[in-house]
Amino acid sequence: MREINGVNNFVVKFANVNGTGSASANHLFAKAIFRMGIPVSPRNIFPSNIQGLPTWYEVRVSSKGYLGRRGGVDLMVCVNPQSMEQDIASIDPGGYFLYDSTKPLAQHLRRDDIHFFSIPLTEMCMREFDNPRLRQLLRNVVYVGALAALLNLKFSILKDLLNDQFKRKQELISSNVHALEMGYQFATENFDCPLPIRLEQGGDVAPHIRESEHILMNGNTAAALGAIYGGATVAAWYPITPSTSVIDAFSTYAERLRIDAGSGKRNYAIVQAEDELSAMGMVVGASWNGARAFTATSGPGLSLMSEFLGLAYFAEVPVVLINVQRSGPSTGMPTRSQQSDILAAAYASHGDTKQVLVFPATPRECFDMTVESFHLAEQLQTPVIMMSDLDLGMNDWMSPALEWDDDSTMDRGKVLDAEALDKAEDWGRYRDVDGDGICYRTLPGTHPDKGAFFTRGSSKDPFAVYSESGEDYVQNVDRLLRKFETAKNLVPAPKTHRPIEVKKPKTKLKLGALFFGTSASPAYEAVEMLADEGYPIDTMRIRAFPFHHELDQFIHDRDLVFVIEQNRDGQMRRLIINECEIPPGKLMPVLNYSGTPITARNIARKIRETLKTKSADVVALHPEKA
Amino acid sequence: MSYIKPKFRHPRLPINTLGYTVADYDGAISTLCAGCGHDSISAAIRNACFLSSIPPHRIAKLSGIGCSSKMPTYFMGRSHGFNSVHGRMPSVATGASLANRELTYIGVSGDGDTASIGIGQFVHLVRRNVNMTYIVANNGCYGLTKGQVSATADLGTVSKYGTANQFEGIDIASLALLQGASLVARSFSGDKEQLEPLIRGAMAHKGFAFIDVVSPCVTFNNHAGSTRSYTETREHLDAMPLDFVPMREEIRTHYAAGTGQNVTLHDGSVIHLHKTGTDYRTNDRVAALNALQAAQEEDRILTGLLFLDPNSQDLNRNLNLATRPLNELGKNELCPGSRVLNSINEGLR
Repeated sequence: MREINGVNNFVVKFANVNGTGSASANHLFAKAIFRMGIPVSPRNIFPSNIQGLPTWYEVRVSSKGYLGRRGGVDLMVCVNPQSMEQDIASIDPGGYFLYDSTKPLAQHLRRDDIHFFSIPLTEMCMREFDNPRLRQLLRNVVYVGALAALLNLKFSILKDLLNDQFKRKQELISSNVHALEMGYQFATENFDCPLPIRLEQGGDVAPHIRESEHILMNGNTAAALGAIYGGATVAAWYPITPSTSVIDAFSTYAERLRIDAGSGKRNYAIVQAEDELSAMGMVVGASWNGARAFTATSGPGLSLMSEFLGLAYFAEVPVVLINVQRSGPSTGMPTRSQQSDILAAAYASHGDTKQVLVFPATPRECFDMTVESFHLAEQLQTPVIMMSDLDLGMNDWMSPALEWDDDSTMDRGKVLDAEALDKAEDWGRYRDVDGDGICYRTLPGTHPDKGAFFTRGSSKDPFAVYSESGEDYVQNVDRLLRKFETAKNLVPAPKTHRPIEVKKPKTKLKLGALFFGTSASPAYEAVEMLADEGYPIDTMRIRAFPFHHELDQFIHDRDLVFVIEQNRDGQMRRLIINECEIPPGKLMPVLNYSGTPITARNIARKIRETLKTKSADVVALHPEKA
Repeated sequence: MSYIKPKFRHPRLPINTLGYTVADYDGAISTLCAGCGHDSISAAIRNACFLSSIPPHRIAKLSGIGCSSKMPTYFMGRSHGFNSVHGRMPSVATGASLANRELTYIGVSGDGDTASIGIGQFVHLVRRNVNMTYIVANNGCYGLTKGQVSATADLGTVSKYGTANQFEGIDIASLALLQGASLVARSFSGDKEQLEPLIRGAMAHKGFAFIDVVSPCVTFNNHAGSTRSYTETREHLDAMPLDFVPMREEIRTHYAAGTGQNVTLHDGSVIHLHKTGTDYRTNDRVAALNALQAAQEEDRILTGLLFLDPNSQDLNRNLNLATRPLNELGKNELCPGSRVLNSINEGLR
């Protein structure tokens, strides 16, 4: 029978029941691989439930450092009878299936093209441990021990990690280590270890991984740290998966890093609001009054906040919103990932609005872009929405270490203090003195008789006086467009890479691929797969809206551009069509909206199919290339 | 605005301890209907701030949407104002007060703004005890959209269109009491003698101060059959007269001991309640609720200071917020720097 091979290149998937402590055992497994210096990307695929439903955890190992999902499963670890049938069916031919054999496997589930490894996990734990909860928890640790033997995972690292995790709780350390050893011993005695898929420390690993400092961190924690470093002092929020952990982490770091040394009081405020409407209202109020304030939410919260986002856009109040996207519309699949709030965020609110968006692709970018969002919001005096997603926000990603420049300054934008107000002649809150669409703000309480004005959602003249004059209105909204144009040069620019050289290209078409956020890593991988097959594709990773001029040029210079994203309607593609002067037919959607993150294989397959079936249309579009 | 107020001031206009005249607390000319109760409230707020010598620029005025929410334009032009979203002023005020705990916050709302879409935010504002004065100009109807009944309109009151209200009105003063508001008062826009000292007391109070002001709508709710017209309100009013004595000022002699009740606020100022024949105490929440209920049963409108807890913990204290306003903190206080970040990185390896 065929055996899947792969040194430092494979996918392990765990099938568990939620609420049984499996995620922490699976995380232990992934973190140990990371400590070996081998690129790894763990993903929790979990239900909207606390206990009793199927949950999966996928660990991808990739020597080249591809951290997106590859697609397919090489080794399945199954301790959940509920999902066993579909789990067995999902394994690639030649793959491996490790299961709890306390209850015998039903004969009809057997496949003759994969390898079965049976371990009586429950039985072993019943025998060894008295405490019922411990039996359940340690069952997961036993299979991690077995995997250490099967995959050549360094046992000492696992022990180190347990020591770190449980600190001084010696009792827990020894029971966990015992469980690991039970699994390890069972595997070495009963199976041919290690498997052809395995880990090799110091083996073939991409130089960009080997040569730089990496950390394992989730995007939400990174964003929370970004809020700390970005100088946020007010956080108002309402709990919603998958954004809740942004505020949890902000609270943890703030308790540590934001206590006034002299008084023991807090240099920050966190308010759990009654709903997202209120959370955004508090952010608007605090920002209006000169604090850096933010909130974090997800789809339904974004809908609720849209009214306030319109006010903040029109009244020009800085706002930072971290939107961790999940599957919509409505409740959708609340614990599954998507990139489907693009249009709702870009045009949030009724009336003519355009909101500034940034798209992080790694935890490092979640950190950097959150800091940047606070600068941008104050520079531009407008909402800035950071478009993360569940996959990036809640999963641990191997990421370049976070960096901070101590010489960096907090750019508070155009705010007039008392002295500046004394000097200012003819100040008007909405006068475009500099021609960049950005006017000068004042904060309440600054000056005894200068600079007071009325902030409102209704139309006004340049001096902030209520006005229903069509001329005033048009002048104001046109200036807002000018400001959006200014934003193009301030927001993060798109990233391009040197194209992969293809010796004998199968096509004469100039191909490109556009993507953003968590679609990036699998997109790069797919592009490499396709380059190997003879299809050269140039890439551009979009990092912000408004779009940079480079994006127009990129599309203009190519015959066909694939837009890779995770929603049904190709929302980024539509946004580009809406905002750029380009023929829509050039942009081909490559979509995944199943709720589980897009895979490299899926992207490659769809592009391949498109190139086969659509090339005739493209030729018709560009007759000179025929 | 089609009119400009004259800048000329009489040289002997009284000045407050800051050297300001009452005109320094003026706003733009009102565009509300002539005779609107709201204009009297604006004047009372202006006078209260003048008398209490609050620097105009250290006041922030916040409102929602509706006739009432236009009011902040018509007083204190030297204060920043924020005319926010319908019913959502409470959240904006909460955020603003967190950003700078040193300003005086005055929220102005209406019955449509507070008791309908805003009722959720209102009760949460109350229970958080945000340090601000929240005034509702309560006329029982929607003015800007031309006379629909509001959620605070009494059962059976007849609208401009001749139909009787079929639903129970929401008593927002009782609601505030139930949710633990630390100062609750009711007044009448036509009773300046009572309203001004109430507003001064509310501003001196550390915590959430709520004043529900019956403020008749001359255009849409001032006819026979309306329970909220000027005539009806005046005829049914049970007003508890009171005065406000700022801190460090001696209580003037004509409030002789035994003729009323003195309630001392957190900052040392005093609200003096005149003797009314009843022995109403302002420190009893249950009694306040009963008094409101009893008045309603008898078709009376009870006004005055209904409840006060001068020692309540406001949101700033509950959050253990730094004494220095958050909006004054800079990079040094807020950004932990590279050394800390490196150690955080270390923990993630």
